[in-house]
Amino acid sequence: MAEPALAVEGLEVRYGAVTAVRDISFAVDKGEIVGLIGPNGAGKSTTLNAIMGLVPAQEGSVRLAGTSVLGRAPESIAKAGVSLVPEGRRIYADFTVEENLRLGLAARRGRQGRLALAGAYELFPVLREFRRRQAGVLSGGQQQQLAIARALVAQPDVLLLDEPSLGLAPSLVDDVFAALADIRDGGFAVLLVEQRAQRTVALADRTHVLANGELRLTLEPADADDTDRLVSAYLAG
Amino acid sequence: MTVLAAVDAQTLADSVGLGAIYALMAVGIGLVFGVLRLVNFAYGQLIMAGAYTLAFTAHWRVVWSIVACLVVVVVLSLAMERAVFRPLRGASPAVMLVTTFAIAFMLQAVALLVDIRDDTIGEIATSIAPLNQPVTVQGVDIRKITIVAIVVAVVALALLALLLLKTTIGLHMRAAAADFPTARLLGVRANRVIAFAVLLSGVLAATVAVLLTVQFPFVGPDFALRETIVVLVGVVVGGIDRLWTATLGGFAIGFATGVINGALPTEQTVFLPSAVFGLVILVLLLRPAGLFAWGRPAAERV
Repeated sequence: MAEPALAVEGLEVRYGAVTAVRDISFAVDKGEIVGLIGPNGAGKSTTLNAIMGLVPAQEGSVRLAGTSVLGRAPESIAKAGVSLVPEGRRIYADFTVEENLRLGLAARRGRQGRLALAGAYELFPVLREFRRRQAGVLSGGQQQQLAIARALVAQPDVLLLDEPSLGLAPSLVDDVFAALADIRDGGFAVLLVEQRAQRTVALADRTHVLANGELRLTLEPADADDTDRLVSAYLAG
Repeated sequence: MTVLAAVDAQTLADSVGLGAIYALMAVGIGLVFGVLRLVNFAYGQLIMAGAYTLAFTAHWRVVWSIVACLVVVVVLSLAMERAVFRPLRGASPAVMLVTTFAIAFMLQAVALLVDIRDDTIGEIATSIAPLNQPVTVQGVDIRKITIVAIVVAVVALALLALLLLKTTIGLHMRAAAADFPTARLLGVRANRVIAFAVLLSGVLAATVAVLLTVQFPFVGPDFALRETIVVLVGVVVGGIDRLWTATLGGFAIGFATGVINGALPTEQTVFLPSAVFGLVILVLLLRPAGLFAWGRPAAERV
């Protein structure tokens, strides 16, 4: 059997005396969205940051198609095929839209950067329109599109997203979730951290519920309408 | 009257020349600050090392002497980065600043040991001294070095601007200066960007060494020390967060020093440092973020 695009096993992250994530294991395959939901402080962002090499993990392993990347620097993990759309988007407001996208090419393994930019503009036409403008003047939804496009131009195997719908108007949330479905169909392995539990469960192939740094439960799309189950999953923490 | 006008024009030209050299130093300091958040107090000692190289190779052909200066300063910069800055990356700004003080004084001590071998302190760098001769432009005597300094500064700054704005490594350097953690998770290689910034700042230090030794051929262990302190002040006054405000700050304090120097009667130039630093305190009280720093557009949008 082929190794999954991303496999996390027995992951443990401590900040001093506080254990933020405890013995977490899951896998994401190509063409698949896996959701991570849970209350604030459950360890969702910590899990993403540990995969990306932004925080050190004390135990466990993170493998990309079988290759361990734990302990490597973020730029090295990016180069190995992981892109993170960080919480708060973290776009470069003073740079042009195109410059932001070109920064995404830094982690690209092959050449043909122009082609990748063209692909990004195709997915989000508004970015092409504004490509010479400063990214800071874009609306929040457009900035989120830019952050996702910037992660995609690196042509990663694994795409990590940290609350991409945070702070967006409902219609823009629809756009983001529609884009995520397209991205999955493009063959990426997507790990989605979200607060919008119901929408995430409905979209993702599986959704893991985190509470107090532990995986408590795994939900299937069919559970999306089972409000009782969702609520009890949250309250279980 | 015409005499007075001529003196004023000459003072102005000299002031612009001094400002140009200070601007180059400010860029060198600002580039490294951008990617490392490190104020390199030892920048002056890089220039000093370059000046000594020029002095020791004064009997060579000028071109080779300058090449030797460039090589020594760049190698020393990169060694400093590898041995000290890289291990200290992420340390508190106070630790890094104090460390660069230590490097500065250590390099001065080493320079003294090298210098004292002939039983005198100080060496003379004469190879390009002829540039100190004046040319007459429309009745105004301007030293050739002033023109050379201005041209070199303009060309160097233009090349740097092109590099930062048009190339990929330039884009990566700007991204690292604006938000290093995000740049790294996008795949920008931290070590490469930092080494490149240090390399550029070394090239600028070597350039400054050449320009300064023409005007001050007497090279001692404290060569460029005073200039570095003044430029650091200028960089902070201009706004250290951004390269172009730091550069303007460097130019401004060089220009102001030159003009005040020219405006004050000779017997009163002893008051120059107090006048300049008095002005600095005033600026920092009125514009603590820097003379040329304006508000940034909000990054957070919803």
